[in-house]
Amino acid sequence: MLTALYVMIGLALLLGIVLGYSALKFKVEGDPLVARIDALLPQTQCGQCGYPGCKPYATAIAKGEADINQCPPGGDAGVHALADLLGVEYKPLNAEHGLPKPKSVAVIDENVCIGCTLCIQACPVDAILGAAKHMHTVIASECTGCELCVAPCPVDCISMEPIAESPANWKWRYPVFEIKPERPVQKKSAA
Amino acid sequence: MNAIVNISRLLKGKLAKTGLSSFKGGVHPPQHKLESTTSPIRSVAAPKHLVLPLRQHVGNVSKLQVAVGDHVLKGQLLAKADGQVSAAVHAPTSGVIASIGNQLIPHPSGLPDISITLEADGSDQWIEHQALDYLSMSKPELLDHLREAGVVGLGGATFPSHIKLREDARHPVRTLIINGAECEPYISCDDMLMRERTDEIVRGIEIMRYLLDAEVCAIGIEDNKPEAIQAMREAVAKSAIAIDVIPVPTIYPGGGAKQLIKVITGKEVPSGRLPTEIGVQCFNVATAYSVHRVVNHGEPVISRIVTVTGNVDRPGNYEAPLGISISELVQLAGGEAEDGDLVMGGPMMGFNLPAADVPVVKATNCIIVPSAEMFPEPEPALPCIRCTRCADACPVNLQPQELYWFSKSQNLEKAREYKIFDCIECGCCTYVCPSNIPLVQYYRYAKSEIIAQDRAKEAADIARERNEFRLMRIEREKQERAQKHAQKAAGAKAEAGVDSAAEAAKKAAIAAAVERAKAQKAEVVAKNTEEASPRVEAEIAKIEARRAHQPEPPVQPEQAQLFAEQQEAPAASGTGQADGLQPLSKEKQPTEEAK
Repeated sequence: MLTALYVMIGLALLLGIVLGYSALKFKVEGDPLVARIDALLPQTQCGQCGYPGCKPYATAIAKGEADINQCPPGGDAGVHALADLLGVEYKPLNAEHGLPKPKSVAVIDENVCIGCTLCIQACPVDAILGAAKHMHTVIASECTGCELCVAPCPVDCISMEPIAESPANWKWRYPVFEIKPERPVQKKSAA
Repeated sequence: MNAIVNISRLLKGKLAKTGLSSFKGGVHPPQHKLESTTSPIRSVAAPKHLVLPLRQHVGNVSKLQVAVGDHVLKGQLLAKADGQVSAAVHAPTSGVIASIGNQLIPHPSGLPDISITLEADGSDQWIEHQALDYLSMSKPELLDHLREAGVVGLGGATFPSHIKLREDARHPVRTLIINGAECEPYISCDDMLMRERTDEIVRGIEIMRYLLDAEVCAIGIEDNKPEAIQAMREAVAKSAIAIDVIPVPTIYPGGGAKQLIKVITGKEVPSGRLPTEIGVQCFNVATAYSVHRVVNHGEPVISRIVTVTGNVDRPGNYEAPLGISISELVQLAGGEAEDGDLVMGGPMMGFNLPAADVPVVKATNCIIVPSAEMFPEPEPALPCIRCTRCADACPVNLQPQELYWFSKSQNLEKAREYKIFDCIECGCCTYVCPSNIPLVQYYRYAKSEIIAQDRAKEAADIARERNEFRLMRIEREKQERAQKHAQKAAGAKAEAGVDSAAEAAKKAAIAAAVERAKAQKAEVVAKNTEEASPRVEAEIAKIEARRAHQPEPPVQPEQAQLFAEQQEAPAASGTGQADGLQPLSKEKQPTEEAK
């Protein structure tokens, strides 16, 4: 009877020490859920969700403060992915936060630009190059198409241009088959 | 059942005798090669009008080196390779650059791409060029020459050859395989090249072998090309190096690089790896030929052999300058080119050209002009019956029926898990499918979707990194500014402590100056009033009285500013303005009196 008790207490102590040690040794830095949600977001950093970027939105989702359908650039596929990850019901995109648009890049009309640097300060990914009183230009490959630079421009020289399809980014289409009228089938006589 | 076993044993025995291995699967479609091999290669003169796309190879788009209006000579560099994975583009004839812009290219999308349009001047004048003494050159130098000459794999993949010819210390190439199998039906350009330009090909192989330092060198030719095998054997016998000519069994897709490597060496290239990792490198015969032209003649890649076959009067092989319109080439062969009708490549792996008036590029190995009998309308696709004939036919050991399910339901992650990227799109599964399902179309769709997703993911990762860096930078700048301010404040305090005596002296000086000014002001009295006449005195008194009654305050600077602002601000109507002004003047009076 006592032996069994000692064995159980001994085991409990041993396992407690092991668990306590590993809780300190293998402590997870940061919130892994936030990182996983953040990985699913498109990283446009556009703020359409109402948060100042994708990471803050991911944090808000993880805390349960934000809904999963507030990210228009992520589109329907993004909501599905978030619903899968979080094990919640899918819901259609909330139109309050905007509608999905084709992916675009900002283009600065360099003849009109006055070099005020306001767009440079607005760009969340430092994709605009320029200096005060010097012409600015967008590094197209880094631009996420967030449109945050459009509003601050005092001379309205920034426009969003959808990325055109070219042989380099062209995708094979899902196979579809034309339905053609069939030749009239001769009816077999019952006789 | 016994018969099948015996046959397989017999086959195995036969292969064992020839020392060849075999790959799983494959099909035997009708060959249709005889039509285009009855006449020798016909040379095509440069046309008036050539279109040269800058993207004729795998990798970066070439960098333009000419401008509109420039006169260029045959073989002159038009666009140079941009980076390592890229290839140059040269002028196929002499003429003038008419335009640089988007033109339709031979691509399944039917989309235009940046191209150079060259108007030929008809003189076909070569730029100065000379053979290279490659044995006295360093290998990197020779590879640079190949890169500048625009040498790419002419079997259809158009991967820049100088990269494949680079020696890699980690994976030395022991076996160099030259691919003359040409397994796809209808195509015969490699066959004719091997029959007619045999010695040139062997010279090219010698250079490749020198570059790679390969121990073994073999040419694999399918046994349905006895003339080519014969010709190559004779030429190889004269060569200084040992090259084996190996007839391989005719089975589609025996000309796929990995399949040919398996047949000749018995080694399988692992999934997702390169042949060099098992010590093998594989090149097309036409690539060997163009290496020879570059090194021994100094001529860049400006033409290629194109098989034009099918519903034409003169099917055969044409040595066409790059940039010639495909419809022009078809007309030369006595056929009619209609948009959306022509097939570029073979019937198994090729694609329909959305437009016929597109240029011949480095990848154009064959043009098939179809007739209704040749390629009848495909039967409508029926549901998959899970017969797994596709799995038996697949030469890369995939499960095509599973990939079909995943691609159809857009379950892309699963498709990737089932190694969709090992699929070579050979079309064997589609060929054997009893339900006529266009399987390869589904795989192409799934592959390009996955590639697009991966690119988006990559871009998102970069954006995340840049955003995080920006936030970090802003935070750092804020801290730096705060630090600077703190430092400045501390510095000012310290200075104030040190200079308090000087400061006090300064203050005293200012106070003294103010006193002096006041005294001066008091001293000043109007000088001309003492001896004024009573009339003048009365006038002064009157004025004084009026002033006292309606005093006009001397306008002080701050008040003047306030006044101006008040006047500017509402200015809605005359009365409004007056109303706005009234309280101001009223306010001024007491302050003035108080003073």
